[in-house]
Amino acid sequence: MSAQASSADGGIYGLLIEFEDPERLVEACHQVREQGFQQWDAHTPFPIHGMDRAMGIRGTRLPLLILAGGLTGLSIALLMQWWMNAIDYPFLISGKPLFGLPANIPVTFELTVLLSALTAFFGLWGRNGMPRLYHPVFKSERFRRASADRFFIVLEASDPRFELQRTQEFAESLGGIHVERLEE
Amino acid sequence: MSHDRPIPSLADEHTTLDELGPKLVRIAGAVGLVALGLAVVLGYARGDGWQSFGWSYLLGFAFFLSLSLGGLFFVAIGHVTGAVWNVVSRRLAEVTAANLATLALLAVPVMVLAHRVMPWASGESDAPAALLEAKAPFLNLEFFYVRWAIYFVIWCGYAWWFWKRSLEQDTTGDPAISVRMARKSGLCLLLFALSVSFAAYDLLMSLAPSWFSTMFGPYFFAGSFLGFMAFLTLMTFWLQGRGRLRHIIHVEHLHDYGKLMFAFVFFWAYLAFSQYMLIWYANIPEETEWFLIRQSNGWGWIGLVLVFGHFLIPFAGLLAQVAKRRKASLAFWAVWILTMHWVDLYWIVMPQWRPGGPTVEWLDLLTFVGIGGLYVAGLGRLASGRSLVARRDPRIDDSLAFENA
Repeated sequence: MSAQASSADGGIYGLLIEFEDPERLVEACHQVREQGFQQWDAHTPFPIHGMDRAMGIRGTRLPLLILAGGLTGLSIALLMQWWMNAIDYPFLISGKPLFGLPANIPVTFELTVLLSALTAFFGLWGRNGMPRLYHPVFKSERFRRASADRFFIVLEASDPRFELQRTQEFAESLGGIHVERLEE
Repeated sequence: MSHDRPIPSLADEHTTLDELGPKLVRIAGAVGLVALGLAVVLGYARGDGWQSFGWSYLLGFAFFLSLSLGGLFFVAIGHVTGAVWNVVSRRLAEVTAANLATLALLAVPVMVLAHRVMPWASGESDAPAALLEAKAPFLNLEFFYVRWAIYFVIWCGYAWWFWKRSLEQDTTGDPAISVRMARKSGLCLLLFALSVSFAAYDLLMSLAPSWFSTMFGPYFFAGSFLGFMAFLTLMTFWLQGRGRLRHIIHVEHLHDYGKLMFAFVFFWAYLAFSQYMLIWYANIPEETEWFLIRQSNGWGWIGLVLVFGHFLIPFAGLLAQVAKRRKASLAFWAVWILTMHWVDLYWIVMPQWRPGGPTVEWLDLLTFVGIGGLYVAGLGRLASGRSLVARRDPRIDDSLAFENA
């Protein structure tokens, strides 16, 4: 990833299209999707309703992963407490059973929540390719406003449909205010 | 903002009960009066000085009271948080809360029979006399009546104030009314928390006069709000099935109904378990007695029904997003939860009166239908001739366009 790569077709990461308002952006997203692009993304300063549908983002499998994480936490907690209290170091406290479910629920609850939350957090990282400290869009001066008041679409050159000249024409037809070539 | 679905318009929507109102009042009122009449005959025939009738009546009363209290909370929490999503269904909650006036009338038999039903007043409690004496400054009939008068003044006062202001806004459209309602709702919630906790102590916890649980107020509240959300869901579907509010309350709002039910299923279980575990762990006789009765003579089965039916099954059932967004599934869970809410109250009340085992008697059913009929008639009367939606609330347009992110 040389920052000084030539701006020939090979050194292009993609095209950055800038929009002034979210309505235009969502409309453009519909068009990009209809063109059949796969490798592209949208960047906005805040969540926009209907964005997922406009971009054709399918449901995530993350919930299933989280359920598995939660069930793992639940099993670990119960097994751990059973083994510690009833097997490894049985210790009778005020006549309570060595392994009584009520007393073990709080720890079980906490571990279930903990492992669910950790799975959700790191699962999200994994599915989103994080941690990622560098991205070609950071080179664009204009892109800084993506966290303030501008809306962006990036069409990536790695998409099989990407042809610099034709895609640039398409990008300019999307109703944005500016189109920029991003270097690798 | 972009929308895949066209935003429903209030102008095209049927938002009044019209002919349904008087019909509802007539039919539900008649059913209620007949059932209550039969219950009175049956109660008298028992010849036990109205005790059986009194206990059954108290159970039915507690159920419908909890629904309206949940409605008042829904209204107040919406105002205090400036909620947008619930504006389209807030009027239904306002009417449910305003129906506390009907409940104030329905409370009369509970008050009149308190000296026969309340074990601390009937002299039939087997709790040690010293414990009852120590609690007498609080648990005596005079103070009991005073407290219930205060509860109903607070509840009806706020419920009617919110309802009337909201109706006023229907004609004036004055946004300042919303600001006033938001300002009032903070103190309302504070007084609500106190009054509902104490009402739960008075009506339900004191049925076992020597027993006490600091968790009991929130426990009753959690079940009440859960019951109300289920009731609101069914009320919405009932109206939509009759051509009212068909488009303005849409899947995004129903999704939130489902989310709140899901959350309160867990909140209820969290409180119910915390209450149980602390008492189980401390193992002090005057606390464990309450659970001992509920684990003897078959009552333990009802406890298990609650563990599974009031928590685990609806928790799993409402977990997925589709379960909250499909009408048929949401309606199923609403019916399920409302049933379980009754079982919960039944399990709180009846083991004190029938420690020999769980039975459901005709008196339970007749008082339930009786109070329920009059309760629904009250709802019909309050909702008649007025809009079923807070149509000029300043947030109504945002609420119609509401989408879950």
